[in-house]
Amino acid sequence: MLTQHLPILPIIFPMLMGALLLLPPLGTNLQRQRITALISGVLLVALAIWLLQVSHLEGTQLYFLGDWKPPFGILFVADRVSALLVLLTAVLALGAMLYATGGEDRVGMHFYPLFMFQITGINGAFLTGDLFNLFVFFEVLLIASYSLLIHGGGKHRTQAGMHYVILNLVGSALFLFALGIIYGTLGTLNMADMAVRVHGLEEDQLALTKAGGLLLLLVFSLKAALLPLHFWLPRTYSAASAPVAALFAIMTKVGIYSIYRVHTLAFGPEAGDVASLAQPWLWPFALLTLAIGTIGVLASHSLRVLAANLVIISVGTLLVAAALESTEAMTAALYYLVHSTLISGALFLLADAIGKQRGKPGDRLVRGRQLKQPVLLGSAFFLAALIAVGMPPFSGFVGKLMLLQAADTPATASWIWPAILISGLASIVALSRAGTTLFWRVSGDDPAAVTAPVLQMSGVWLLLLCSPLLVAFGGPVTEFMALAAEQLFDVQQFVDLILVSGAE
Amino acid sequence: MEGLYAFSVGLLTACGVFLTLRGRSFPVVVGITLLSYAVNLFLFSSGRLKMDGAAVLGASESYADPLPQALVLTAIVIGFAMTAFVLILAMRSRADLGNDHVDGRLPPPPKDQKKC
Repeated sequence: MLTQHLPILPIIFPMLMGALLLLPPLGTNLQRQRITALISGVLLVALAIWLLQVSHLEGTQLYFLGDWKPPFGILFVADRVSALLVLLTAVLALGAMLYATGGEDRVGMHFYPLFMFQITGINGAFLTGDLFNLFVFFEVLLIASYSLLIHGGGKHRTQAGMHYVILNLVGSALFLFALGIIYGTLGTLNMADMAVRVHGLEEDQLALTKAGGLLLLLVFSLKAALLPLHFWLPRTYSAASAPVAALFAIMTKVGIYSIYRVHTLAFGPEAGDVASLAQPWLWPFALLTLAIGTIGVLASHSLRVLAANLVIISVGTLLVAAALESTEAMTAALYYLVHSTLISGALFLLADAIGKQRGKPGDRLVRGRQLKQPVLLGSAFFLAALIAVGMPPFSGFVGKLMLLQAADTPATASWIWPAILISGLASIVALSRAGTTLFWRVSGDDPAAVTAPVLQMSGVWLLLLCSPLLVAFGGPVTEFMALAAEQLFDVQQFVDLILVSGAE
Repeated sequence: MEGLYAFSVGLLTACGVFLTLRGRSFPVVVGITLLSYAVNLFLFSSGRLKMDGAAVLGASESYADPLPQALVLTAIVIGFAMTAFVLILAMRSRADLGNDHVDGRLPPPPKDQKKC
């Protein structure tokens, strides 16, 4: 009975918990809120693992709301990629919430409810099988993120929030324009149905459909922070409080996932006249994003901005992989996506923990006083830096290696290899410089009296230790990613599943 | 009818884009509102413009596509909430930062004015 409703549970559950957390017995007491939020975080991880297992072993799970048969009505699709990303969100959110118990949740009202609503939106965006619902869930996650970004207040956050909100509102307007164009030409917004209807487009509809597809790419690129639409990212992410910034690490991935999904299904390699619509745009801009991220990493003046620029590098890397349009590249991309999300989340949390103990200079890369817990934070930072730059034997190395192997023709290799390797080198330089400044260039002042609570640090360790796990279980994980990537490219199977067997 | 409709959507969009690119937060909010009007009209027209067509089967001779109308309704609600939010945020930033520029600080005056 419950299995039947499994695909919608990751959306319903955080939404209900968010509402419950607002109501009196929980809403008035922070301690109760913390406990409830952490328990629901653990439950969410369990739920996501269950969904992943079911969709892996028993095939893609479909859920039709109100039993309206496709292509009509609202549907949710939990295939391997979606389920994987839902699990990733749950783990990241649990880590961020563990960290938030250290006091970040006290600076403003309704931290945990907003967190839950944001998770609702993110999970919904990953699971939906309908383009208009993708828009709706984008808005759900955005409005929660607006409030979370300025949570706690302060000049910095209001300033960053203003840019972020206006930019995303314009993005939403463009999204709706794109949806209008696509509905006008294809007559459907169901992703599987779109994949069918792009074949046999009439001549006069072709240009409009292409315009709609490219507008969609533009909107997704704004969310994913692809150059030249990335300027909001470093400022926004470094202004947000640490747990929020950590959760935001998955938000760029929502954009990337949408590009992967829509531009393999409806505008993918097999889509007739509109085939590979995004590819000529993704190529140069993804490489340029990598380049600008590399420069940004070297120019960062604080650890948080550095982490934000590492996010930009990962976006570039992931979209280069999308531009390659092969199963191998997608396998590598999915692996790298999981790795980079977890490590950027961990870095944001760590930057805040380090900044707190340094007092006034915070996480800025200047001389400051000695940390109270140099060994604990130092070892965590060292591990995080090694994982982030992709040193063997950690997951960044495996992900990058797989991606470099996927670029097998001389033409692609000559672009991708230098871009990725140089960005890795720049990250090593920047992170080692940051580490030496933060931990070794200390003034004689006495260390501050604040220590990081154990529960708070467990959030950081949870995210950090996923990386060795990704390597230790590298074989099965890579096999799973390969199956997921295959499923992503198998348009025919997706269409058959939804339009033929779903309609029965 | 189509020509007039397209013209008004285009005009609204142009005004919206122009105002969104202004530096002060009030014109930007108005610009976003205009953009969302334009987008709602545009979405509505994606189901083709039709006279005397009800969205319910059997109620009239010809029928209109009900889906764009449902989409517009959703878009209106979301757009409304977002506009309210950005308005509050703009007021908050006016209070926090002391000016109503979207960057949170006024641009430096032009150079030739500085000289005199």
